[in-house]
Amino acid sequence: MATEAKRPPLLIKGNEAIVKGAVLAGCRTYFGYPITPASEIAEAAAKDFPAIGGTFIQAESETASINMVYGAASTGIRTMTASSGPGISLMQEGISYLACAELPCVVVSIMRGGPGLGNIGPEQGDYNQVVRIGGHGCYKNPVFAPSSGQEMCDLTMHAFEIADKYRTPVFVITDGFTGQMMEPVSFPDPIPLPPEKDWAVRADKETRENLISSIYIEHDELEEMNLKLQRKYAEIEKNEVLAEEFMVDDAEIVVVAYGIVSRVLRSTIRLARAEGIKVGMVRPISLWPFPKKQLEALAAKAQQMIVFELSNGQMVDDVRLSIHDNIPVRFYGRMGGNVPTPEECLDVIKRYAAEGGAK
Amino acid sequence: MASRPDRGRVEINADECKGCLLCVSVCPTQVLARTTNLNKQGYFSVGYTGSGCTGCGFCFYTCPEPGAITIRRLEKSA
Amino acid sequence: MSAPNYKPHLSRSEIFYPTFERKSGNKEVTHYCPGCGHGSLHKMIAESIQDLGINDRTIFVSPVGCSVFAYYYFDTGNIQAPHGRAPAVGTGAQRARPHSVVISYQGDGDLAAIGLNEILQAANRGEKMVVFFVNNAIYGMTGGQMAPTTLPGMRTTTTPMGRDTRLAGNPTRMCELISTLDAPIYVARGCLASPKHTMRTRKLVRKALKMQTEGKGFCFVEVLSACPTGWGMQPVDSHQWILDNMVPQFPLEIFVDKTDLDHDDYIPPKAPSPETFHEVIRIADAANQMAPAQPETKYKDPRIKVAGFGGQGVLLLGLGLAQCGMMEGRHVTWLPSYGPEMRGGTAHCHVNIADEEIGSPLISKPTVLVAMNQPSLTKFEGELVEGALVIMNSSMVPNKPKRKDLELLELPATAIAEELGNARAANMVVLGAYAGYTGVLSLETCLESLKTLIKRQALVDLNVKAITKGFEFGKAARG
Ligand SMILES: Cc1ncc(C[n+]2csc(CCOP(=O)(O)OP(=O)(O)O)c2C)c(N)n1
Ligand code: SF4
Ligand code: SF4
Ligand code: SF4
Repeated sequence: MATEAKRPPLLIKGNEAIVKGAVLAGCRTYFGYPITPASEIAEAAAKDFPAIGGTFIQAESETASINMVYGAASTGIRTMTASSGPGISLMQEGISYLACAELPCVVVSIMRGGPGLGNIGPEQGDYNQVVRIGGHGCYKNPVFAPSSGQEMCDLTMHAFEIADKYRTPVFVITDGFTGQMMEPVSFPDPIPLPPEKDWAVRADKETRENLISSIYIEHDELEEMNLKLQRKYAEIEKNEVLAEEFMVDDAEIVVVAYGIVSRVLRSTIRLARAEGIKVGMVRPISLWPFPKKQLEALAAKAQQMIVFELSNGQMVDDVRLSIHDNIPVRFYGRMGGNVPTPEECLDVIKRYAAEGGAK
Repeated sequence: MASRPDRGRVEINADECKGCLLCVSVCPTQVLARTTNLNKQGYFSVGYTGSGCTGCGFCFYTCPEPGAITIRRLEKSA
Repeated sequence: MSAPNYKPHLSRSEIFYPTFERKSGNKEVTHYCPGCGHGSLHKMIAESIQDLGINDRTIFVSPVGCSVFAYYYFDTGNIQAPHGRAPAVGTGAQRARPHSVVISYQGDGDLAAIGLNEILQAANRGEKMVVFFVNNAIYGMTGGQMAPTTLPGMRTTTTPMGRDTRLAGNPTRMCELISTLDAPIYVARGCLASPKHTMRTRKLVRKALKMQTEGKGFCFVEVLSACPTGWGMQPVDSHQWILDNMVPQFPLEIFVDKTDLDHDDYIPPKAPSPETFHEVIRIADAANQMAPAQPETKYKDPRIKVAGFGGQGVLLLGLGLAQCGMMEGRHVTWLPSYGPEMRGGTAHCHVNIADEEIGSPLISKPTVLVAMNQPSLTKFEGELVEGALVIMNSSMVPNKPKRKDLELLELPATAIAEELGNARAANMVVLGAYAGYTGVLSLETCLESLKTLIKRQALVDLNVKAITKGFEFGKAARG
C-alpha cells in the first residue's frame, strides 16, 4: 500500500494530507463544494491542483461536484471530490451512476453530526450511508477509514489505486476530528501516472467508439451487468481487506472500533491492561470489504466483543454478521458530536467484563 | 418530352420512412406523396412522384430519420 | 444528348453509425416517434461535426429524456449523464481533456427543471461546450407531463385542466435567462417548424459547433421542436402549432453573439517536473530534527490544553508545542476547537506530546492547562488531573484557580509581550516559558520552530525575543 522513500515528517492537518496524497497519487482534477468539517480539503485543493497543472473547480453543489467527477472520470483521468454527510446525501444518485458505469474516482467523507443539519462535531453516523450504500441499485464501493494524519495521505493514495484496479468509485471516510487534527505525516514520492485507459472517452481517435453509460435497457443485459459487478465485488472482498489488530493475542474481550474511536480505545486498552483486563482491539481499515475473517477467528478465542462507535450502532451489525453472533456482541455509542473519553470506555469494558461472555 | 431535366432527384429509403408526412408538407414543388407501400416498420412510406424535384433539400432537413431521404443534384457542367 | 448526371448532394451523415448496433430491434432507424424534432436536430449536428471534421475530438453527453439514447447514433465519444447533470458532466470531461469538443444535448425537463442550476452555472463559468436545448414544451419520455416550458393553458398529463400559471408558474425562457450572464459567447433560439426556420436553425447549430473548434467559450442553441406524441397531434399539425403558439412565447432571436471578440482564456499553470513536485505542493521542507530535551518524569508525555480569546494566537501556540515536540522526535497531535465554537471569540486546542504512539487526540484530563484569559481557567480548571500544571497569563487572569492541588506558573505573558512591542507575541512568551519551566522542550527547538510557525520574516525577531524572555522567566520560576 504505502510507498517507500518517505521524507521527514511535516505537521499537517488530516484534511490537507488527503489533498497531498491525492496529488501524489496522480489525481489531477478536484470538484467540490464547501462544508465543515471538510472545507480544508477544497481549500488545499484550490492551491495544489492548479499548481501541479491540474484543475480545481468549486462546483455549485455536491450534485454538480459528483457529476463533474463523473465527466472527468469518463475521460480516464484520476479525479476526486470531498464532502460531509449532507453533501454525500446529495451525491448518492451520481455515485450509483459511477458504480454502474464502472468509473474510478475517490470520494472523501469527513463525517459530522446528524441527522439533518445536525452539527459539525465528529460522528460516525454515516457508516450506513457509505458502507451499506446510500444510492439506488445493487452496487457497493470500497471504503477506507483512516485514523491518523499519515493514513489520510496513505489511504487516499491507496484509494486511487483500488479505484483504477477495479474501475469503481472508492470512499475514504473519517470523522471531523481526524480531518481537523494535525499530526506528523511523512510524504512519499509521487507515484507514476497510470497508463491511459482504453475504455475511457478521451476525445481521440482510439477511443471514439467508447461509451460511458449506466443504461441497460434489456433486462437480461442489466442482470448480466449486475452479475459482473457482483463478481468484481467478490474479488474485492477476497483481496482488499485491511485491518489492524492491537493486543488481541490473549484477549478475552475484543473491542472493534475505527477512525477516531479506535484512537480513544487504544488509550483505554492501555488503562485496562494496567488493571489486568485482557482486552484487545480490531480496527477495520477497510469498512467494505469488512474484516470478517479476522473477527471470525478472534470470536473463536474471545469471550465477547464490544463495538464502540460515534453512532446509534451501525458497524455493529457488520460485526454480528461476521461472527454469526457466536459470542455476545455489545455496543457502546455516543452521538451528537460527543467523543467518549478513554475512562468512559474503560467503565464500559469493566461493566461487560463483570457480566462475562457466557455463550 | 424534350423538356429540361429536373435540377434534383430525391430518393426515399422506404424501409426507413416513418410516414410522418413532414417532407410532403414542406416540399415546395409538391413532388412527394404518401404511397400505399406498407414498409417493414408498418408505416405507409412516402415516395417521389417521379419528376419536378429541385434538390432544395427542405425535405432532407425536415425529415427526422438519418437515412430516409437522399438528395442528388444535377451536375452543372454536364 | 447524354443522360443528365446527378451527383450526391444530401445524404446520410457519416457521423451516424452505419447501423445502430447499440439499439435493440430495427437498427436502421432511430427510436424517436414519427415527426419528432430530435431526429432532425441530430441530423444537423451530425452534418456539422462531419463538415468540421471533429468527430474524433467530440464528446457527446446525452441527457435523460427521449434523447437519452443519442449515443445509439453519433459516432463520437459518448457519455450518458444523470438527469439534468449533462453540463456538470460536460464540465468534468472538458476540464479533464481540454482539447475536446463537448456537446451537451438536453431536453426542457432535463435542462430547465431538474438541471437549471447546472446549466446556469456552466454557462456562467463559460465552460467550453455547446449546449443544444430541445424545447418541446413537455416531458416526452415520461409520457407527456408539464415541462418548465409548457405554455399557459396547455394541457399535459399533470396539467389536465391546462397550465394554470397562478399555480404552476409561467414558461421559462432559457435563452433570455442565459443572456443575462457575462460569459456565454453565443445564445440563439431556432425552430424546426418550417423550411425557412429549419434552414436558419441549421446555421445556428453549425456556428455554435464551429466556435468549439476554435476553442471559444459557452454556446447555447435552443430549438423549438415538435413532440407530436406528447402533444397528441399529427406531425404536420404539430409544426403549425409551434409557429402559432410557441414562437410568440419564445422569440426566435440571436440573443448574444460575441463570437468575433477575443477571449481571455484561463490557462492552468504547467505541470512541474517530478523533482520540484514536493516543493510546489509545499511539502518539501521538513523541519530540522533536534536533540530531544530530557524533562523530569512528572512533566513527561504532557497532555496540554491551550485556551484563550480568538486573537491571542492560541491555536498557533498549540501548533508551536506540537511542532517542537515533533522536531524532537516525539509523537504529537494537535486538535483545534472548530466551527461555531470559535465564533464566540474563544478558542482552544489539545496538544499531546508523547514518547509512545498517541491514542485519543482529544484530551479529557489535561496535565497542563495554558489559560490565556480568565474564562478559560474557569471553564477548564475542573478537568485537570490532580497536581496538573497551570500556566496562567497573569496579565489577563486576575483570579487564581480555586483548586489547591494545582501547580501554578503565574506568567505575565501579555505584559512581557507588550514590553517587547507587541501584545500578540504573548503566545510565544508562553511557549518559551513552558519549555523553560518544564524542560519538555529545549530553547533551541523553540527558536528553530519559528522557521515553520512564522511566515512573516518581519515578525521573527520579535518572536525570538518573546520565546527567549519566556524561557528565562520559566526557568527562573522553576528555580
Ligand atoms: C432523478 C430523476 N428524476 C426523474 C426521472 C424521470 N425522467 C426521465 S426523463 C424525464 C423528463 C424528460 O423530459 P425532457 O427533458 O423535456 O426531455 P424529452 O423527453 O421531452 O425529450 C423525467 C422526469 C429520472 N430519470 N431521474
Ligand atoms: S419526413 Fe422522413 S420519415 Fe417522415 S414521411 Fe418523409 S421520409 Fe418518411
Ligand atoms: S429536395 Fe426539395 S423539391 Fe426535392 S423532394 Fe425534397 S423538398 Fe421536394
Ligand atoms: S415522445 Fe415526443 S420527444 Fe419523445 S420521441 Fe416521441 S415525439 Fe419525440
